[in-house]
Amino acid sequence: MRKASKVFTVLVFCFLYLPMLVLAVASFNRGNDPVVFKGFTLSNYAALFRDSVLLPLLLNSVIVALISSLMATVLGTAATLGIQRMRPGLRRFTMALTNIPLTNPEIVTGVSLALLFAFVGQAMKLKSIMGFWTLLIAHVTFNLPYVILSVQPKLLQMDENLTEAALDLGCTPFRAFWKVTLPEILPGIISGILMSFAMSLDDFVISYFVYGPNFVTLPVEIYNYTKKPLHPKIYALFTLLFLAILVVMTVMNLLQARDSAKQRGSRLNRQRKRANIVSGGN
Amino acid sequence: MSKELIRLANVSMAYDGEVVLNNINLYINDSEFLTLLGPSGCGKTTTLRIIGGFARPTSGDVLFDGVRINDVPPHKRQVNTVFQRYALFPHLDVYENIAFGLRIRKLEEEEIARRVGEMLRLVGMSGFEERKVDKLSGGQMQRIAIARALVNQPKVLLLDEPLGALDLRLRKDMQNELKRIQQQMGITFIYVTHDQEEALTMSDTIVVMDKGEIQQIGKPEDIYNEPKNAYVADFIGESNILDGIMIRDRLVEFFGRRFPCVDFGFETNEPVDVVIRPEDVDIVPADSGHLCGTVTNVTFKGVHYDIIVDFHGFKWLIQTTDFQPVGAQIGIRLNPEDIHIMKKSKYSGMFGDYSSYSAEYDEIGDAEMAEELEEEQE
Repeated sequence: MRKASKVFTVLVFCFLYLPMLVLAVASFNRGNDPVVFKGFTLSNYAALFRDSVLLPLLLNSVIVALISSLMATVLGTAATLGIQRMRPGLRRFTMALTNIPLTNPEIVTGVSLALLFAFVGQAMKLKSIMGFWTLLIAHVTFNLPYVILSVQPKLLQMDENLTEAALDLGCTPFRAFWKVTLPEILPGIISGILMSFAMSLDDFVISYFVYGPNFVTLPVEIYNYTKKPLHPKIYALFTLLFLAILVVMTVMNLLQARDSAKQRGSRLNRQRKRANIVSGGN
Repeated sequence: MSKELIRLANVSMAYDGEVVLNNINLYINDSEFLTLLGPSGCGKTTTLRIIGGFARPTSGDVLFDGVRINDVPPHKRQVNTVFQRYALFPHLDVYENIAFGLRIRKLEEEEIARRVGEMLRLVGMSGFEERKVDKLSGGQMQRIAIARALVNQPKVLLLDEPLGALDLRLRKDMQNELKRIQQQMGITFIYVTHDQEEALTMSDTIVVMDKGEIQQIGKPEDIYNEPKNAYVADFIGESNILDGIMIRDRLVEFFGRRFPCVDFGFETNEPVDVVIRPEDVDIVPADSGHLCGTVTNVTFKGVHYDIIVDFHGFKWLIQTTDFQPVGAQIGIRLNPEDIHIMKKSKYSGMFGDYSSYSAEYDEIGDAEMAEELEEEQE
């Protein structure tokens, strides 16, 4: 049984990563046919970095990912603080609303955003509203729940007396947030930024509905490429993208691992204290 | 004596229609050690939070030095708080935790270093400057929390069950330490606890609270010797509480027998509660006592024995250093000053009967207490 499940695990990872591996190998292939390996070359990468169409689009993607993840993080953190102070009933309701975009099919989010933008465009009497701003708003929208979900646990773990202690020692509420709450929830905020950056960078479905001819992101453009035979430089691009996301995710996991190790420590402490209370008596 | 510093006038507090504090009237003098004592949910923490500025009373006034401070936010009050679970800042080391309040006030670096050093000496923690706070023991965290509050030279220090999470030995040490620090600094301490012994040991004044109301305010001796009602008599120490009738001044009747006592000021034949402390009872041979009963239970407590004695179906707790075997017939004598008379109250008949005695006393389990404390925070 054990052995079988191990075999399955290996199979699952093969299914997940073999295509990536094929892609990575193909990106170093001298020939045009991905099935036949004709020798190692970096010329595909060289061609990619000389490409005047793809590189600006990559820049577009990075710009949208950066700005949207930062905006989502600021808004999401503020929202989390607000949600925390709601009455329990309202808090549950708000969290349910927050979670819907996560479980909602992306295509539904994409279509509804496109409709909304079209509506607004009509109202503003604009010929075409789709472009950078619509993309940005859409990305902030789908990034928000990820930020809230990664900041909220940090805030819940925090001793609520910490903020009061800061106020007690002379901080204004704003300063107390800055000097005490923020350092405490920072790991959650960082993983929120990284997560939404990654989500934004590789988003295709939602972007496809809200992009405009003046501002296209990389995943959308690549989709158009798939209709004709792919140039091997695209493989090189995919490989680089995959590596970038891999790095972001690894950093995030390392942060979380360090954090949960710390928590285990403090939980132990708490348990020890409890044991003292019980054995202490009075 | 010293002048009045804080006054709570007709302070009431309700959350969602549930009354937490009911018409609290209390004044606190300068350099006084005042303890708010009561079980969890009695409103003592809420009272402290009102003084600290973390809660605003639904009605009534909070006065500081004669000025109404209901609407003054915590960071503008001249009080500092030692929180229940210390609330040290985990991302700062010991030095920076203590320096926190001084940095907010933008003091010179030298001044900060001098005052932090002074505080560390005061709490006996010199040399711990660079220690991370999660590497400290409970007692050490407690000391740092006290230092962090005191370094700001507040006029009043609020302490919310500060010793609740420490073990017994450490708690005793810290009680002495706190009293010493209070006397050395000469400032007002307002201390919240559910531990009656802690309150008796440290306080100048004790405020006994229950269900959002003040039951009695007084010096520790007065609270112990002259409890106002059955609740106070039972909560502070152990008490046998009997139904009696005040025949006239200085004469009370219970168990069909008249006893001279020292209390007066009651109506003729007024029904009263009679308190007899377990340690005040003198045991004599069965035939020479005022009352005669049978020992039903003996527990060795170290310094003394707790014995339960059945007098005509009503069981008393008596503390004695002489061993009495179960089944022994003993007599007791009561001197006039051993008998304390209280007016009947809503608590009459609820306390002071040891018929369902267990060797654990009626001590509230501390573990249970700790959990309730968390609820109280809400």
